[in-house]
Amino acid sequence: MKLAASGLAKSFAGGVEALADVSIELAEGEFVSIVGPSGCGKSTLLAMLAGLLEPTAGRILLDGREPPGGLLGRIGYMPQRDLLMEWRTTLQNATLGLELAGVGRAAARDRALAEVGRFGLAGFEDRRPSALSGGMRQRAALLRTFLAGRDVLALDEPFGALDALTREAMREWLLGVWEADRKTILLVTHDVEEAVFLSDRVYVMTGRPGRIRAAVDVALPRPRALEVTSTAAFAALKDQLLAPLREQARAGLGVQ
Amino acid sequence: MSTAGTRLALALGGRLEPRPRVAARRHGIVRRVLPPLILGVALLGLWQGYVALSGVRASILPSPVDVGRALVRDRSLLLSSTWTTLSEILIGYAAAVLVGVVLATAVSSSRVVERALYPWLVVSQMIPIPVLAPVVVLWTGFDIRPKVIVIALVTFFPIAVNTIDGLRATEPELVGLLRTLGAGRWEIFRVARLPNALPYVFSGLRVSAAFAVIGAVFAEWVGSTSVGLGTLILDYNAQNATADLFAVVVALAVIGVALFGAVGIVERVLVPWWQLEE
Repeated sequence: MKLAASGLAKSFAGGVEALADVSIELAEGEFVSIVGPSGCGKSTLLAMLAGLLEPTAGRILLDGREPPGGLLGRIGYMPQRDLLMEWRTTLQNATLGLELAGVGRAAARDRALAEVGRFGLAGFEDRRPSALSGGMRQRAALLRTFLAGRDVLALDEPFGALDALTREAMREWLLGVWEADRKTILLVTHDVEEAVFLSDRVYVMTGRPGRIRAAVDVALPRPRALEVTSTAAFAALKDQLLAPLREQARAGLGVQ
Repeated sequence: MSTAGTRLALALGGRLEPRPRVAARRHGIVRRVLPPLILGVALLGLWQGYVALSGVRASILPSPVDVGRALVRDRSLLLSSTWTTLSEILIGYAAAVLVGVVLATAVSSSRVVERALYPWLVVSQMIPIPVLAPVVVLWTGFDIRPKVIVIALVTFFPIAVNTIDGLRATEPELVGLLRTLGAGRWEIFRVARLPNALPYVFSGLRVSAAFAVIGAVFAEWVGSTSVGLGTLILDYNAQNATADLFAVVVALAVIGVALFGAVGIVERVLVPWWQLEE
């Protein structure tokens, strides 16, 4: 397994239990999603995988072992918000990871320039983030994550703030990028359709505390196009994933 | 402590959450300069009219024309005194920027330093300048040094407080992201905290620009071997030369406005991302 978390739990000061006994596995080159409602602890899980939070219990193995010196810096982490810095151009934002890794300015720029076309940012290299559209901002943040050069990427709702049409286009685009690079990707989302469309396997997470309720393998053929979302097999998978989520949503509202 | 600090900063005219300024279009300059110009001319007209109609003595209230004549009459003395006062202000202000930013960096770097230092920064501002100035003169003499020290003391505080707020305002998520990219404390400071703080620093600098002029006048009032604008105020006041006194005030205002404007120009160069396009 490229990345394996077992029995992860996290409690915060004041006794708030965010996560209880979460186990997930990602094989090399796999695209895996975690789908769950907001507040279910998805972001907490990603922060732990990124090494920003210490789990209260459980282990995280990268390439079969706990990395010496901790997880911080081992996984490419993309937080929910793009966090592009306005005082840097698009390209300077994208090369942040390279710059912090000690890559020279010119070399970093060349590597980013080689990717701007694929990331749909051509012509906007030297513009400030405020000049970019929502979709472009997310692609710039993704480019920053990709260029940092980690094998495993943890993406926290990368398309959450986008409108429905942009979102759909971004999904197809991300799939293309993944198929070309075959990085190991863990994507967190609250959108079941997004999870099914992109993933090899989907974990369903419910909240308070966050637990894995189901793990569903997505056997849809690849490469996938948006048309796959209107097939019967796709609908069946969606229903299978939605069942535990609806159950909890009803319980949360007090509906029987 | 931080709420007291922010309240004080607000009271001093600092902004807590600076908003991106909308850049003026080229013909917008006319629109920006014209209203204050018209208002200024109108007020001067009213003033001139009042003096002419009421027959008030020129030693009580000189007319704008009297003040204009005094400006021409005293021009060489005014110029040399302006130069004296301006150099005091520039040195004191530069020292304040250095001290303010360094202190702010220290305060925001650790909780312990913050707790130890911040209350004393506030206390340092509780000493009234009229009390402070003579003591500083007593210690350092009648040359330029006490002026520089007094100016630095009154101007470093808004700079320090705003810079502290700015350094703190960095989003925690951004700091987290930088850590996952391998950034250490210094790199986080260089890449994120410092540039993020710059608009706040300039807020403090603008507030301080006005304080610097006041500080210079007070420091000169205690006594000076060279003639500055503060010294001139004392002289003209003693001579009942009110029009000349007003001319000195005009010179002081010019210094203040120029300093304020210069800060704005430097801000445009150093913080270009703050002026967003429409």
